Amino acid sequence: MKQDRRGFLNTLLGIGGIGAIASIIYPVFEFLLPPESREPTVSSIKAGAIDQYEVNSAKILKFGREPVILIRKDSGEFSAFSATCTHLDCIVQYRQDTKQILCACHNGHYDLKGRNVSGPPPKPLTEFKVSVINNEITISTMEG
Amino acid sequence: MAKLTDSNVFKWLDERVDLSPLTKLLYHKKVPVHSHTIWYYMGGVTLFLFIVQVFTGILLLMYYVPGENSAYESVQFILNKVSFGWLIRNIHSWSANLMILFAFIHMFSAFFTKALRKPRELTWVSGFILLLLGMFFGFSGYLLPWNELAFFATKVGTDIAGAVPFIGDWLKILLRGGDDVTGATLSRFFGFHVAILPAAFTIFLTLHLLLVQRQGMSEPDSFTKLPDEKKKYISFFPDFALRDFLLWLIVLIALLALTVFSPWDLGIKADSLASAPEGIKPEWYFMFMFQTLKYLPPHIWFIEGEVFGLLAFGAAGVIWMVLPFIKIKKKLLIESKYYFYIGVFAIAFIIIMTLIGYLS
Ligand code: HEM
Ligand code: FES
Repeated sequence: MKQDRRGFLNTLLGIGGIGAIASIIYPVFEFLLPPESREPTVSSIKAGAIDQYEVNSAKILKFGREPVILIRKDSGEFSAFSATCTHLDCIVQYRQDTKQILCACHNGHYDLKGRNVSGPPPKPLTEFKVSVINNEITISTMEG
Repeated sequence: MAKLTDSNVFKWLDERVDLSPLTKLLYHKKVPVHSHTIWYYMGGVTLFLFIVQVFTGILLLMYYVPGENSAYESVQFILNKVSFGWLIRNIHSWSANLMILFAFIHMFSAFFTKALRKPRELTWVSGFILLLLGMFFGFSGYLLPWNELAFFATKVGTDIAGAVPFIGDWLKILLRGGDDVTGATLSRFFGFHVAILPAAFTIFLTLHLLLVQRQGMSEPDSFTKLPDEKKKYISFFPDFALRDFLLWLIVLIALLALTVFSPWDLGIKADSLASAPEGIKPEWYFMFMFQTLKYLPPHIWFIEGEVFGLLAFGAAGVIWMVLPFIKIKKKLLIESKYYFYIGVFAIAFIIIMTLIGYLS
């Protein structure tokens, strides 16, 4: 009888203890995960006038929170891709000499269609739509 | 040398708070003298470098300001304007790297002298945790100056953490404080670096040192086998401790020399809209893992090569940590003939992969 009572109290204490620990750990972990960013998701940005861009050159622009690389090709046409390398997150650059997109982190190459052609990148870069209206450039997501 | 216990201050204190447990801890330990005695100093050097880190780190804190628009500038200020700022910052950087190097040397010397055998299993476990914490110290400190190289190395490092199965995404956000490496990451790393890690490190360090003092130094087989009259010892305190201090002085001079002749570059400020420069490398003590991941094919069996690599390193780390407990066919691994080769393989693997990482 006495043993039963002791056992019962021990169980109670155990449950209480676990509950106490859980009720400390849970809020701490939730606290450490940052709240979802409230920035609105962007679907298009203005990139200025076309004469700002020389042929065979590129610029990295901010598309919401994401960097996007806008390239003016030899033909004078524009293309835009996500500038975040699909390998490990570095930011890519346009090479004027080879006319390719290079990621210097681990020497990954993409062609001007954004396709991963050599090095470690496992996937092509996401393409963005570039439209030119009255000499003004607009970059938007492919979905519109 | 006059005995510490003869001083009046000691007697005064001892009358009020019995100091005998402390003197026992200090005086009872004897250090065996033999051809491998030099390895007994490696832990002490690591300890000294940690003390240097705490000391210089606290000084840096007086001027360092975390934040995307202030971190780089404040380190620049420390370097250019603050008297001896260059000295303190460079010692902190050099000592950080040497601390990890000596922790590795210390660990392998414990391995090869079989110091991790019963009763020192927990000393080994706590030591390995200290090494991991030290590496995390380095990883978090590296980002603090907010320069370009560190920014991209952190992007890459945390992205790799994101590949861990199941908890990867969660881990990445936890480390970055968001989806990307931003000012939020810097705040977090600062918190890890100056609060969480120092606290955790101190706890494990205390445990590690208490165990060492209580258990005394392990004796290698070649020494145990000697007849009693051939076994030579010196006392830990003051004989060994004085030699320790002498070595610490030499290490301090080496640190100063490195600082003066080979200062650390601050580089250029991180810019989240700039292309990554060439030469992004993890810190040297992550290089062997990073290089190994590069060599893995995209797919191994049914999982991604990178994930496979991370799991393999994780498993190797756990095995290494519980090494003193592992038994094969009822025999401790430490006593088996493979033991020596495991250590040689581990060292060779680390050194070769690191070299390839730097040469390729
Ligand atoms: C325990 C107390 C410590 C404090 C208060 C501290 C504080 C700091 C501060 C304020 C910085 C930024 C200034 C700068 O970059 O020079 C820094 C950088 C750094 N810390 Fe520490 N630290 C401590 C321990 C350590 C330890 C144990 C390591 C060992 C691995 C370490 C490794 C680093 C590294 C690698 C940097 C970057 C240095 C650079 O390139 O500028 N720190 N630390
Ligand atoms: S991050 Fe671009 S190639 Fe590795």
